[in-house]
Amino acid sequence: MEIIISNSSKEPIYEQIYKQIQAKILTGELTEGTPLPSIRQLAKDLHISVITTKRAYEELEKAGFIYLIVGKGSFVAEQNMSVIREKKLRVIEEQLQDVIANSKEIGLPYEELQALLKLLYEE
Amino acid sequence: MENVIEFHNVSKKFASFEIDQLNLKVKKGYITGFIGTNGAGKSTIIKMIMNILQPDTGDVHVFGLQQPQAEKVIKSRLGFVYDQNIFYPWLNLQEIQKMIAPTYPTWDQATFLHYVEQFELPMKKAIKHFSKGMQTKASLAIALSHHAELLIMDEPTAGLDPAFRMELMAIFQQVMVEEGRSIFFSTHTTSDLERYADYIVVLDQGKILLHAPTDEILQNYVVVKGSNTLLDRDTKAHFIHIIQETHTFRALASCKREIADIFGEHVVMENISLDELIFYLKAAQRQ
Repeated sequence: MEIIISNSSKEPIYEQIYKQIQAKILTGELTEGTPLPSIRQLAKDLHISVITTKRAYEELEKAGFIYLIVGKGSFVAEQNMSVIREKKLRVIEEQLQDVIANSKEIGLPYEELQALLKLLYEE
Repeated sequence: MENVIEFHNVSKKFASFEIDQLNLKVKKGYITGFIGTNGAGKSTIIKMIMNILQPDTGDVHVFGLQQPQAEKVIKSRLGFVYDQNIFYPWLNLQEIQKMIAPTYPTWDQATFLHYVEQFELPMKKAIKHFSKGMQTKASLAIALSHHAELLIMDEPTAGLDPAFRMELMAIFQQVMVEEGRSIFFSTHTTSDLERYADYIVVLDQGKILLHAPTDEILQNYVVVKGSNTLLDRDTKAHFIHIIQETHTFRALASCKREIADIFGEHVVMENISLDELIFYLKAAQRQ
């Protein structure tokens, strides 16, 4: 499992691990039932402390991305993709509302906003 | 959680220095870094763990067993890497190994030879001709060859070059892959700890000023800089220690979020290094 940690990033290391594993699960690179490296092995491979790695795994477990079998290790949990999509859509909706509010503040017409979105989307 | 080392109300008095009712619990399965200025009492505490010194009052437990009664069992299960050469300087590694191996029931010759090779140690050169780094490696090879569950080290990286320090940290991590092993070591090179240590213990004048997970410390403690006009009795209460210059101050706070709520954009907040943490905690302690 490839994870790359940046020491100069402002993002805490456990969050970097969390996000990278989460992305691998959501994109299907890691499928249901795939075993993750042990906490201690990953800590060694990334040259970070055990506690930091443990925290990332705990957060992933809490969010339902992985599950732990005592004595065996951590595995990728079954993902309900429709629920995840639903959640993401809600976030996108909220973000778009901010965009619309900002556009209205400067009187940007819908057509121009749409053209801007199209341009950025296709970039 | 299980503790590998426990101090209960330990007191030890010297002419110029005193440890008074010290309590310490070192967690099993983690790397704990032990930091503080020279003369803070780090070596004294390590010597009490090793039963080289005995407390005047109070108990020291290692692996849940009490010193000094269980000294023999404890010693067989831990590895000690000291900042000075503890071997007979005129002997070579082969002779030392022959002498030490029979004293450990768990001695593993294959592991010993493996580390001797990994560390590139000469077997037939007298220890007195070893460099400081080689001596540390030799102590470590011996400690690891009897499958020590706990490694105790007093400044293992002192006087070593950065490349060797990094190598040593990688070895520590390799040791820690095995479940249930613990490392407790004192150091002045705090940059090593910021990444690798799970817990940090800060000691000053024989007192533990802070004992917390490294992550928590580095995420919550901040150095705050701002104008002196921001300081009044209420706002001062949020800082652990404040240093005031003519117009501005810099100060240590233990809760980044709280400071952000109170001062917002009016102050600059900087992530703290463990060196700065020691500096501020020591100053606060002396006040």
